[in-house]
Amino acid sequence: MAENNVILSVKDLEVKFKVRDRVLTAIRNISLDFIEHQVVAIVGESGSGKSVFTKTFTGMLDMNGEVTHGEIWFEGRNLMDIKTDKGWEEIRGRKIATVFQDPMTSLNPVRTIGYQISEVIMKHQKKSSEEAKKEAIELMGRVGIQNPEQRYDEYPFMFSGGMRQRIVIAIALACHPKILICDEPTTALDVTIQAQIIRLIKDLAKEYDFTTIYITHDLGVVANVADAVAVMYAGQIIEYGSVEDVFYDSRHPYTWGLLSSLPQLGMKGEKLFAIRGTPPSLFEEIKGDAFAPRSEYSMKIDFEKEPPIFRISDTHWAKTWLLDPRAPKVEPPEAIRSLHQRMIGLTSKGGVYGE
Amino acid sequence: MANNDREVLVKVKNVDITFFNGKRPFKAVKNANFEIYKGETFGLVGESGSGKTTIGRAIIRLNQISGGEIWYKDLRIDGKLSKKDRQYVVRNIQMIFQDPAASLNERATIDYCISEGLYNFHLYKDEEERVRKVDEALNSVGLLPEHKSRYPHEFSGGQRQRVGIARAMIMEPELIIADEPISALDVSIRAQVLNLMNKFKEERGLSYMFIAHDLSVVRYFADRIAVIHNGNIVEIAPSVELFRNPLHPYTHSLLQAVPIPDPQIEKNKTIQQYVETEAEQNYDKAELVEILPEHFVLMTENEREGYERKAAALK
Ligand SMILES: Nc1ncnc2c1ncn2[C@@H]1O[C@H](COP(=O)(O)OP(=O)(O)OP(=O)(O)O)[C@@H](O)[C@H]1O
Ligand SMILES: [Mg+2]
Repeated sequence: MAENNVILSVKDLEVKFKVRDRVLTAIRNISLDFIEHQVVAIVGESGSGKSVFTKTFTGMLDMNGEVTHGEIWFEGRNLMDIKTDKGWEEIRGRKIATVFQDPMTSLNPVRTIGYQISEVIMKHQKKSSEEAKKEAIELMGRVGIQNPEQRYDEYPFMFSGGMRQRIVIAIALACHPKILICDEPTTALDVTIQAQIIRLIKDLAKEYDFTTIYITHDLGVVANVADAVAVMYAGQIIEYGSVEDVFYDSRHPYTWGLLSSLPQLGMKGEKLFAIRGTPPSLFEEIKGDAFAPRSEYSMKIDFEKEPPIFRISDTHWAKTWLLDPRAPKVEPPEAIRSLHQRMIGLTSKGGVYGE
Repeated sequence: MANNDREVLVKVKNVDITFFNGKRPFKAVKNANFEIYKGETFGLVGESGSGKTTIGRAIIRLNQISGGEIWYKDLRIDGKLSKKDRQYVVRNIQMIFQDPAASLNERATIDYCISEGLYNFHLYKDEEERVRKVDEALNSVGLLPEHKSRYPHEFSGGQRQRVGIARAMIMEPELIIADEPISALDVSIRAQVLNLMNKFKEERGLSYMFIAHDLSVVRYFADRIAVIHNGNIVEIAPSVELFRNPLHPYTHSLLQAVPIPDPQIEKNKTIQQYVETEAEQNYDKAELVEILPEHFVLMTENEREGYERKAAALK
């Protein structure tokens, strides 16, 4: 078991956007291998580049955006060689599918649910309309729509938000993708519905054998879904590791900040930790470690030179000068050293609620 | 009871709120009963459509109630009020909204946005006093006087939410109803806003009703929590007690569903589907019973024994 096949490999990726007469650098030299069958969560605050990064895998950047440097290897070819929309059609939706936050943006309001699913099946699997309908109904049942035969002819507005998201997932699965990108798929949903959708995506990943890239800013969701976590800040991945590495042994001051400011870690009568300041403007050139001006641990070098990747183990690396052997030893904040203890204290019966 | 020495700020008594979709009535809130004490943060937690915002809006008189009573101290505030009493309520109970962008007038300067309540109720002697009050309010939320001439869209989400808080604080209210004040904000900014709200509670004895869908945030912030589902308040307890000993099955399922940022806990949890209790289905036969000290659960007479057994097992 546990063969670590790389399914998608990103090398030195840089993405820029033209905004009137200015240039914004959204992705600044990211290299990352995605391992087959893993769930990789990408976290980071708004504007850090999570969506832009993954949109490059399916050629879906907005018109004013461009990959200015780098390679994306998938099934033996560099996707950056694809120059036409037609070329991307072989990949987008077929090999790499995306589920977005707002299901309505992916559904056509004037077409029935059934039509929209079977259309994809017919197009990608060259099946007759009879066969496609049969498979669509099967898929609807599989994603948890009750009485799929009856609901086949209904329109998107007749479904609740959670049900619509199930339909979008069914459409994404209709062509058996190798990679499913979930971009904040449950952010707009209630917690109990969110829990169901998360469970569904996990079950389907096993059944349909796809690799999941899960974008979210909710660290609770990350803890639930992820095998590996990539933490993004100002267009870079600043820490990457197994979910345990990142929650229990994080190394980058930004990751520390993110974890420390969790309201769940708050103690009554104590102030919550808050990261000071704001992220840097991506219109300006960023010197050194982008997080340095907000960090409580920055050293002189952080303002001068970009930190390289420091490896902590086979599964874990971080881009911070604190890991350089010459750096002074610093301990992560107390709150996150005792994260597991505090979280257990939050819940009854050692973290489990139940009868 | 231990509560006798605490001053009741707001009393919600047997409140029903009914909406009409066309001709069909829809009861959004069913027989709600709770009190908010002076100086406390009262959390109201439920999923979308459960009725939490509806109750909050009824307290600030934006929604009419179809049954029951709402009291602010000695004044009954549901229904018709004299102009003087209306002003009294607006001054003392202010609301902060979920979406900082939508709650501010985009075409007005920050100065105007913050002063609006002062203008409406002539709560200042002269221009000098108004300016001083605005500067103080800005300062208290960590913004600068030079921000006054700017417009809301020139601010980040976190800054706009601060403007929303300043706008409420300038009225020097006793109670703030905060409707999901941090849901629209980035993780790193949430902590700043929560700290700010806590500061006002400590410094000025302000009370809050904190409406949220995320129990984990409320746990840190609230002193007591009420859980609402389908218009029924199913459980009320001090925050620590609610997390330690949830008794109503809906509270259980909500606690299970909220993802905890800890992989060991999350990867091992199972989620039970909530099935509506008898009390929820027959809310006219149900009442909130104090099953443990200060810990209330919505139940019918039939269900009572079961809850009593559960509560006894905890001791
Ligand atoms: N079409 C565009 N034109 C100009 N700038 C853009 C465009 N699309 C994205 N950007 C910028 O690229 C950066 C990264 O954006 P991205 O949408 O990837 O962030 P994100 O991490 O997904 O944020 P969120 O959590 O808010 O979804 C931001 O500064 C954003 O403003
Ligand atoms: Mg995004």
